Amino acid sequence: MRTPNQSAFHKGTATMQIKPILSALRKHRLATLLIALEVALACAVLCNACFLIASRMEAMNIHSGVDEAALAQITLDCDDCNANDVNARVLSGLGKLPSVQSVSVINAVPFGNHAGTAGITLDAAGQHSGGVVDFYVAGPGSFEALGLQVVAGSAPAQGDFQAVENFLPADASVWVTRALAGHLWPDESPLGKEFWMGKYHFRVAGVLAHFARPGGGEGGPSTREWSVFVPALPGKQLTNNYLLRADPAHLQQVLRDARAAIASIVPEAVLDQQASRTIGELRDSYFQADRAMAGILVGVIVALLLVTALGIVGLASFWVAQRRKQIGIRRAIGATRGDILRYFQTENFLIVTFGIALGMLLAYVINAVLMKFYELPHLPLYYLPMGALALWVLGQLAVLGPALRAAAVPPVVATRSV
Amino acid sequence: MFTYYLDLARRSLRRTPVLTGLMVLAIGLGIGASMTMLTVLHVMTDDPMPGRSAQLYTPHLDPLPLDHKRRGDGPDPTADLTWPDAMALLAARRGVRQAAMAGGSLLLRPERAGLRPFYVAGRYATADFFALFGVPFERGGGWSAAADAADAQVVVLSDALARKLFGAGNAVGQTVHLGEHDFRVIGVTADWAPKPLFYADQTGTQYSDADLFFLPLSVAVSQKFQVSGNQSGWGKGDSMSLTSANMSWLQFWVQLDTPAQVAAYRQYLVDYSAQQKALGRFQRPPTNAKLYGLMGWLAHENLVPNDVDLQLWLALGFLFVCMLNIVALLLAKFLRRGGEISVRRALGARRRDIFVQLGIESALIGVAGGVLGLAIAQLGLWSIRQRPDDYARLAQMDVPMLLGTLALAVVASVLAGLLPSWRACRVAPALQLKTM
Repeated sequence: MRTPNQSAFHKGTATMQIKPILSALRKHRLATLLIALEVALACAVLCNACFLIASRMEAMNIHSGVDEAALAQITLDCDDCNANDVNARVLSGLGKLPSVQSVSVINAVPFGNHAGTAGITLDAAGQHSGGVVDFYVAGPGSFEALGLQVVAGSAPAQGDFQAVENFLPADASVWVTRALAGHLWPDESPLGKEFWMGKYHFRVAGVLAHFARPGGGEGGPSTREWSVFVPALPGKQLTNNYLLRADPAHLQQVLRDARAAIASIVPEAVLDQQASRTIGELRDSYFQADRAMAGILVGVIVALLLVTALGIVGLASFWVAQRRKQIGIRRAIGATRGDILRYFQTENFLIVTFGIALGMLLAYVINAVLMKFYELPHLPLYYLPMGALALWVLGQLAVLGPALRAAAVPPVVATRSV
Repeated sequence: MFTYYLDLARRSLRRTPVLTGLMVLAIGLGIGASMTMLTVLHVMTDDPMPGRSAQLYTPHLDPLPLDHKRRGDGPDPTADLTWPDAMALLAARRGVRQAAMAGGSLLLRPERAGLRPFYVAGRYATADFFALFGVPFERGGGWSAAADAADAQVVVLSDALARKLFGAGNAVGQTVHLGEHDFRVIGVTADWAPKPLFYADQTGTQYSDADLFFLPLSVAVSQKFQVSGNQSGWGKGDSMSLTSANMSWLQFWVQLDTPAQVAAYRQYLVDYSAQQKALGRFQRPPTNAKLYGLMGWLAHENLVPNDVDLQLWLALGFLFVCMLNIVALLLAKFLRRGGEISVRRALGARRRDIFVQLGIESALIGVAGGVLGLAIAQLGLWSIRQRPDDYARLAQMDVPMLLGTLALAVVASVLAGLLPSWRACRVAPALQLKTM
């Protein structure tokens, strides 16, 4: 039974406990410093690894702007074929397959091989560079098949589709993404604006909500959607690559049928097995390396936290064993189990806090190095408190076992000799 | 003494099984992770032509105009040679052997029933290619320089492609329809694919690629076959055709046996550049001409992807954390044994003896951790082999890496034990004994 007086006494010791803990730690300066260093490294790596994972996930979650679930690509290799004839046969042949909603000609698809990457300029003389963009040169029906969303202007009309000269129409109305329009003409309406690629001239007829370029943007994530949709007529320069749209539920079947049908529709052409897949599959394989890296980073984080926790458990267990007699004495002169538990918890909190303070500095140093070598952005500040919280929780969990064992030391130990 | 210390260490470790287990686990995890990545790096930077690499060199010229600006992230045009330069170096015969080459992917229409047309990757090369790289043959052989000059339509197949096309039968003498032309098979190579494919253009995936056919470069040029890899054109006028003086696309390797030959070849390249400059073709200083050895060239190309670098640093950082962990644990463990150490000191053991005894104890932890680390590293390498990366299939541990793992584990644990042992052997025996 505790008297109120006793409980006040204990409260007093609880607030005063930090001082004896600090002087005890000073006796074990080296071990304390080592564990704190370990926590610091864990904190620094945790923050940076989480940030790396988040930036890869962000890249992987990109909105392509097209109905990925309903689309597939069929790519042929046929250099010496009669392009017009092949186009006509493929469009009608694949269009007849069951469950196919539409077939159209397009030079590339998101997450596929890039086909029309070129630098553009904002003047005819070619003085003001607008950056490197990707041109989607696409035939009638492709705009609707892709499911592109127009946010300004109107969808392409029949007259907008023109014959292709080399790889683009010489003078065309084009649709640009909101991201590209914002980059080229930050504060103006992009509708009616002009740009050039060599001698080719383009006028913006509409703005698209989203449309990712086939591969990654050369200038980093912000250029990921620098795409231009160019309506064009199939022909010698626009052939061999087809966009298939079907009900998502039947897409796999449709793709299988189409791949098989190509052999009889155009026996002279060779089907590109790698490229002729659904957009979903192309997306998966495009991000395979990123997914693997994210997995490795998660593994590193788990292993690092595990080792840090092991270190804390090991050291705390040792200190508990070492201080059995002292714990017994404290218990004998009136400390409760809670007091002993709190002592070890507070001690751990102090060590981890010291480590976290060091770790935050270290996190910024590592981030600076990563920025230098791997073109990474600045580590956002909110990662630091999150990392700190994770390590505090980890430390408390790790020390709980040894601390409970310490609390279980009976006061009678004080009376025994070593 | 050693066995006595070993026995002491064993007893001491068994007295605290949990702590010992934690230390072994920590060093095992750290060693496992770092050895996984070190092995990947090791196989990626390994010598692709053991015994031969020291004699192989690749010359580079700088035919670019003065005002040529290279795009920041684009490939380097001077990494390859133009057709006229490659032919001039070939004709000069300054090396023991020399060959020009380029990669290509051709449509193959098999005659065998049931096989659909497919594209195969291979190499267009000049006659000396096979002798230069010591390509082993299963049947037949390469072609002669005369065949190069005569545009002979002959082809050497890899064993894999020969088996696919002709089954177990003899492929030599058969005809292959490649790139819409008929080629007579004159040889089949034995399993041969240097990793990385050092002689290929640097834009390819050099760890998983292998050449499935070899045919004369002259035929590829006259038939205007598709060339894979980087083709950098510059200047005005004709820069698109393969024989243009303004487009680099060819790789060139030369065998030089002695340092004197290497020096002479280097001088020859400078002289050649100076001569071309005098003729008005080259504009840049002749000293831009370079001669790389095989390993030097691989270092220059830096084939190791950023991700592998990053993973290696992560793994080494992890090992460092594990070592810190062990230092702290050993420190706690050794310092607690003040009594035992004092007794030994009082009985006549020197500080050095205590230090060695504790060092052996750390090393024992290292050996156990190394064995665990080896198992973890094998698991890690297995998981890397499941990945889609270019180099994934190579991730195998060889004997040196296996021994290296154990050595690294022991070194790491002994290093981690240094500070604790040093602190422990400095305890004052008298003071300790008094309190006992």
